[in-house]
Parts: sequence; C-alpha cells; structure tokens
Amino acid sequence: MSKKNKFLSRSLFLFHLGGSACNNCDIEILDALTPKYDLERFGIIAVGSIRHADIILLSGIFNKKAAIRARRLYEQAPKPVIVLAIGGCACSGLIFRDSYNWDEPVGNYVPIDAYVAGCPPKPEAIIAAITQVIDKLQHPAPAGADR
Amino acid sequence: MAKKTTIIPVGPYHPLQEEPEFFKLYVEGEKVVGLDIELGYNHRGVEKLSEGKDYEETIFLVERVCGICSTSHPIACVQAIEEAGDLEVPQRALYIRSLIGELERIHSHLLWLGLAGHFLGFNTVWMWAWRYREEVLNICEQVTGNRNHYGMLKPGGVRRDVPATEISAIRKMLDTLSSPLDLFRDTVAEDPLIQARTRGIGTLTPQQIRKFAAVGPTARASGVDIDVRRDHPHAAYGMVEWDVVLESRGDIFDKIMVRIGEMFQSVRIIRQCLSRLETEPGPIDSHPKEVKPGEGIGHYEAPRGEVFHYIRSDGSNRPVRHKIRAPSYMNVPTNREAVIGETIADATIILAAVDPCYCCTERMAAVLDPETDRVLISGKELLQRSRRKTAWLRSQLGHEGPDLKWDC
Repeated sequence: MSKKNKFLSRSLFLFHLGGSACNNCDIEILDALTPKYDLERFGIIAVGSIRHADIILLSGIFNKKAAIRARRLYEQAPKPVIVLAIGGCACSGLIFRDSYNWDEPVGNYVPIDAYVAGCPPKPEAIIAAITQVIDKLQHPAPAGADR
Repeated sequence: MAKKTTIIPVGPYHPLQEEPEFFKLYVEGEKVVGLDIELGYNHRGVEKLSEGKDYEETIFLVERVCGICSTSHPIACVQAIEEAGDLEVPQRALYIRSLIGELERIHSHLLWLGLAGHFLGFNTVWMWAWRYREEVLNICEQVTGNRNHYGMLKPGGVRRDVPATEISAIRKMLDTLSSPLDLFRDTVAEDPLIQARTRGIGTLTPQQIRKFAAVGPTARASGVDIDVRRDHPHAAYGMVEWDVVLESRGDIFDKIMVRIGEMFQSVRIIRQCLSRLETEPGPIDSHPKEVKPGEGIGHYEAPRGEVFHYIRSDGSNRPVRHKIRAPSYMNVPTNREAVIGETIADATIILAAVDPCYCCTERMAAVLDPETDRVLISGKELLQRSRRKTAWLRSQLGHEGPDLKWDC
C-alpha cells in the first residue's frame, strides 16, 4: 500500500471498464459524474484511455470473451492502480453465475481493492467506496491496528 | 488512381459507449466506405439461464437483460407467460404496468438525449438532461424501491401497489419536468449548431427501414408508422389516449425530435394512468397457482422499439423454451446503411443514433472469419455443449427428465 499511498494522493483519473454488464452499473457510474452527485468535486475525472487510469471501475460479469480483454487491459494500466468491482455481478456473478459463458469472478484474475455490492449500487455507494479507498491510502492505519 | 482504404478499429473498450463492442470503420480519406460490427462481449446466455429458473425468478432474470429496459423485458415476458398459461390480470395492475413503463421511457430518452449531446460535443446538454433524469429516478425509487431494477412485475399482476401519497408525488414530479422538456424541445429545434450537425446526417429511407426491419423511434423518424402499443394494445395502452409520434426525413435530427415528442406523450399517458388509479381501486394481483401447458408471446414497445418474448410451457413451474428478441438486434445493422458515405466525425453520432443496447442484442451466432469464411464457433456447437452438460448432470443425478428435442 505504501507505493499507492505515495503516487495516488492527488486528483485521480477514473477509467470505466464495463464487462458483460446489463448496463445499469455503467450508467450509475456515469450518473456519479453528473451534477447531482458530482464526483468531479473530489478531483476525479473520467478518462478515455486505460493508459491514463489511476482508478479502474469494473462492472458486470466478464464472459469468456471479455475476460481475456479485462486481463489485458489491467496489464496495460499504469501501476500502481486502484481497482474497484462495482455491483453484484463483478463481485460474485450474481444471477449470471450459472451461465455457460462465464467461468469465474473477475477478482480471481484482477487484484481488487474494494467491492461495492448492489444491483445496481447507488451513485452514493460508488462515491463512498472511492473516497474511502482514497482516505485509507492517505491515512493508512498504523501497523498492527485493527482495520 | 485507386484510393487506399484504411481500417479504423473502434473498441471493444472505448470512451464512445459504456458497453464493449467492436466497430471496424473502413475509410477512404475522411469518408466512411464500410462498417463491420463485432459483438459477443456481452453474451450471458439469458435464454438458457431462464430455462433453469421458475416463472417468478425468470422475471428478475429478464429484468437484468438490460438496465435501461428493465421494465420493458419483464412486461413482455409476463405477457408471454400469461398468454401461455391463460392467466387473468386485474385492471389496476395494467395501469401500474403502463405507469412504470412510461416513467422508464422518459428516463431512457433523457439518457439518450444526454449521450447524443455528449457525442456532438455539447456536454451541457449531457449534464442538463441527466440532471432532470435524476428527478424521474427519484420517483422510481420512491414508487418501486430501486432506481433501476424495479422488480414490480409478476405473472398475473404487479408486486406493489401505487398508493395515493405516491400518486401526488408523481404528479408533482411531472409538473417540475414540463418546463425542462419544453426547454429541450425548443433548444434542439432552434439551435443552429445542433441543426448543422444533425440535419441530413445518417439518413435512413423507409425502404431501408423495411429492409432491415428496424423498429421503434428509428423507424418512426423515417415515417414508418409502427408502434406496438397501438398495433397490439397491451397493458393499459388501449384504455388511454395518446398519439404515435412520427417524423418523415429519417435523419439524426428527426430521431431526436421523435424521442422528445415521445416524452410528452409519456407524460400524457402517466397523467391518465394516475387519475384512473385514483378512481378505480381493486386487486393488483390475481395470485395464479399454475401455468398451464401451452405457448405464448408478449410484445412491449420498449424505448428503443418492440421487445418480443416467446415462452413455451409444459405445465411445470419453469419455461421449457424462452426466446427473446430485443429491438437493438434489428436496429444496429441499419448503422451499416446510415454511416456509409458520411465522414468520420459524424460516425460517432450516427452509430449512437439508434440508441444501441448491446446487452439486449447479444446472442450466439456463427462467427465467420471474413477472409476465409471459416466458422470460428457456431451457435449450434455451443447449444450442443450446453445440452451435453445437462445430459451429464442428469445422468449424475440419476434424474430422468422429459426428452426435449427442438430445432433451434
């Protein structure tokens, strides 16, 4: 966490990586950037390229075709990077976990810093997750302390 | 001198749209001369999953086919189940279905309007449209309990009633929404820059619409008069007064105007539904006990066009076959006609103009290699794999189920 703590302390760039989602988490993420919730007040802005990303938001299940791309995109991201799984599908597969086109949760092949449950999680929950992760990075708990 | 064709790959992960899809734009200079669309990043096997769920669970599953059409799919699905099983639906439930469906149409069209503004470089339109969309989502949360996946539908009725307190809240929201809607209509109709960017761009003729069997606002913008709400009345659409919004030129501008016009019609429908809900109390659910063997179809005019569901029942508690056809499946191929001959700068808005919804569209089909015409993976092969797994599971469990053999 120490490296993350050093490099990820200013305005962060957010990249949204939608898997085989039902589109709802994706729209709630965009919603968090619009005037009512306004994630930009924390200095966070959405960027179009993974090469600029400080935060990656994963949404939806990643089917067999999308999982390969998700792994490759994570490899292309500059490190250190914060990865958040948005929504029940990204966390566990939810209602699609029995699908023939899905193998395992995205957390098995992309290291994830925080999980946001919900179907879909509200923009408030997404903002809370992002700000809490940033807060943890800036004020790390002393060694041995209970998280 | 032969011109050189360049391929511009767009996607599958790109800032243009929030869903993964892959476009290959073939360009000669600035002019687009060809388009290939590659999908499959969103395929989740919903139809197959549905065969493993009972009828109540199926509704929650089809809700998650698409986050924006999360009422359209369930309405079409419950209608298919009701037709297959010959179930009764109380009248009050029909009004509530139409009410939620039209609220969804308003927020879906506002969402598209915002995204269209975003693609044109009008981020102000995006922010304003999404700001007013929040008002609609708040009401949806108040009435149904969730901002997007409502969970309101069930075979034989609806799950929750809309009490008088919420009726007045919806009325209040509609009042506050009327001035922004007027603003959007006037701004789009009069803004010279929006006109310059959208008039005569991405035009589709009625012949092209019929050739691709396009549906919804895409067809109505070209003057093709189809709307399932009027042609096959369902829910409460036969019992309220409203008009089909039609334009004639078929360019992007007309597609915007059709969607704005439909929002006004949605407000009109919601107001009528609310006054009927006030005056006509009654049950909201017929509590069906079983679904008889048979088959049924259900239509619903989703914000993007006609949604079609087919259910075959064998009298058990789950469907033996569930077929879904979403509107984007018909609308997305029209991009090929609309985008060819236009410039790259206009390609983004043209590709977005049909309001594509890839999570609805995804289905397994034969994937051909364009150079060798070799089949990479076919739908049949996938189905066989799935059936083999079921057969294997059945043998493991020692369970003798019905022998199902259909041609798919």
